[in-house]
Amino acid sequence: MALSNIWIVTEPSNGSLTTTSLELLTQGRSFGASISAITWGADPAIAGVAGEYGATTLYDVGDLGGALPGVPVASAIAALVASVGAPDAILIPTSYDGRDIAGRLSARLDRPVLTNVTCLADDGGLVTEHPVFGGSQTVKARFTGEGPGIFVIRAKSFAAEASGGAAATVVAAPPGDVGATGTATIAATHVEERVGPKLEEAAVVVSGGRGLGEADKYALIEETAKLLNGAAGASRAIVDAGWVPYSHQVGQTGKTVKPTVYIACGISGATQHMVGMKGSKNIVAINKDPDAPIFQIADFGIVGDVHKVLPALIAALKARS
Amino acid sequence: MNIVVCVKQIPDPAAPQSLDASHNLNRSGKLILDEADTYGVEMALQLVDKAGTGEVTVVSMGSAADVAGLRNALAMGAAKAVIVSDDALRGIDALGTAKVLAAVIKRESFDLVLAATESSDGYTGTTPVQLAELLGLPSITFAKSVSIDGGSVKVERQTESGYDEVTAPLPALVTVTAGVVEPRYASFKGIMAAKSKPLEVLSVADLSLADQTGPAGARQEITDVVASESRAAGEKYVDEGDGAERIVGFLESIKVL
Repeated sequence: MALSNIWIVTEPSNGSLTTTSLELLTQGRSFGASISAITWGADPAIAGVAGEYGATTLYDVGDLGGALPGVPVASAIAALVASVGAPDAILIPTSYDGRDIAGRLSARLDRPVLTNVTCLADDGGLVTEHPVFGGSQTVKARFTGEGPGIFVIRAKSFAAEASGGAAATVVAAPPGDVGATGTATIAATHVEERVGPKLEEAAVVVSGGRGLGEADKYALIEETAKLLNGAAGASRAIVDAGWVPYSHQVGQTGKTVKPTVYIACGISGATQHMVGMKGSKNIVAINKDPDAPIFQIADFGIVGDVHKVLPALIAALKARS
Repeated sequence: MNIVVCVKQIPDPAAPQSLDASHNLNRSGKLILDEADTYGVEMALQLVDKAGTGEVTVVSMGSAADVAGLRNALAMGAAKAVIVSDDALRGIDALGTAKVLAAVIKRESFDLVLAATESSDGYTGTTPVQLAELLGLPSITFAKSVSIDGGSVKVERQTESGYDEVTAPLPALVTVTAGVVEPRYASFKGIMAAKSKPLEVLSVADLSLADQTGPAGARQEITDVVASESRAAGEKYVDEGDGAERIVGFLESIKVL
């Protein structure tokens, strides 16, 4: 059965769409289906971006009035399914709001959802791939019941490429009455300043883990990252410990990165961390435990103390600049 | 302030994991309380403490052959536990799980439902929000702090760039991240007390959900499980004071420097 109609949830971000949204549009296009994007926020610039990546229609839920997107966006999609009919598939980015939308939509439509998708192929219906057990095995799955299938797809699963299409036709898609479910509202937004490139986009990522010993030593990671024009990342262990904000976390529950080089410092290589960085082009590991699992996937490993190796590396990099 | 915390007993993540012949996670061994759930239990205990009244109930679904994980939550201070355990639930998906949990929670009187952002074994990460929808509740996910202010819950919710302050009227559902609070260790007194606390085991029939459960209710199937493309280990050197120099050399070889 050929795919004729795919809807893609696209998240607005500073007058454009998030990179993962663009990746999903690109992949949706490759199935030869008609692509409709769904967004919110009533920003007129989005129609151009969505069209450039292959969407012909842009359903805009409109200004959410401070509500968290999950409920109103899912409600609007459910209303669209009722009014214009269900698409073959609904693709949603793995993100804070994307997961909320997927959960709400799944319950509203009474359709299951496949999450943590890293590959999507058309094989007489969409077949997904999901990494399990720290990425050592891949599970392939598909929906067996009545559609639409809801797919929640991880960042960096596909490359984003513009198709050069004309601006998408904007269609208003109001959420309707959401009752008590829609009462979670944002009272204030706090931005934690980050310097340098974004973690997901940096060519070099330097990450620290428990092996740093204490929170203050994370400064070594930040300085090394800065000298390499890279971004500083972290393992879940030190995020949980409160040493660094969650936005630095790389792994299953954090960000997926695929830099040119990933430098893991004092990170043993818990499976949940590996899922987020295994796709890096090169992996360098510094760890004092020669048997740390991280060395099994590292292209270049130094068995040593990060407290000695990193200051020396910082000095060497400074000497070159 | 009555709080329901959704918890899951999972195979110890530190032990080797495998899938069984039906592609379900092998859960035949020892089960423990998912560490991700200990944060919700602790948060709930602290909120009830602060309110000065009410109690914490933990609800779960899965095998009741081993309930050490639930006893652990009771030992931490939860008042009672309810687990739905039924062979008919084997192979159930996230939405089906949410339906089962919703049926259990509807029997309770509650102001707030807490859950982890995702389990450490399946990590689907949608069950709590599906549950909120089924219960008709507002939800706030990815909380890094939770407080109660009169009839509302106030949450600092993680975002890509920092965090948002989000509020919702009670009753509501909140998912908490690791790090929202430091979970306590059960005291000896708590462990002894847990042995006599109520732990109810329910079947699907008790909840009238028979047609929506199990793999048929899941409406999705695993078609294949394959080994992922593996990365081979590369060069490895013991630092003899030349570790940094060697890294610089490697970075030069891949043209990062």
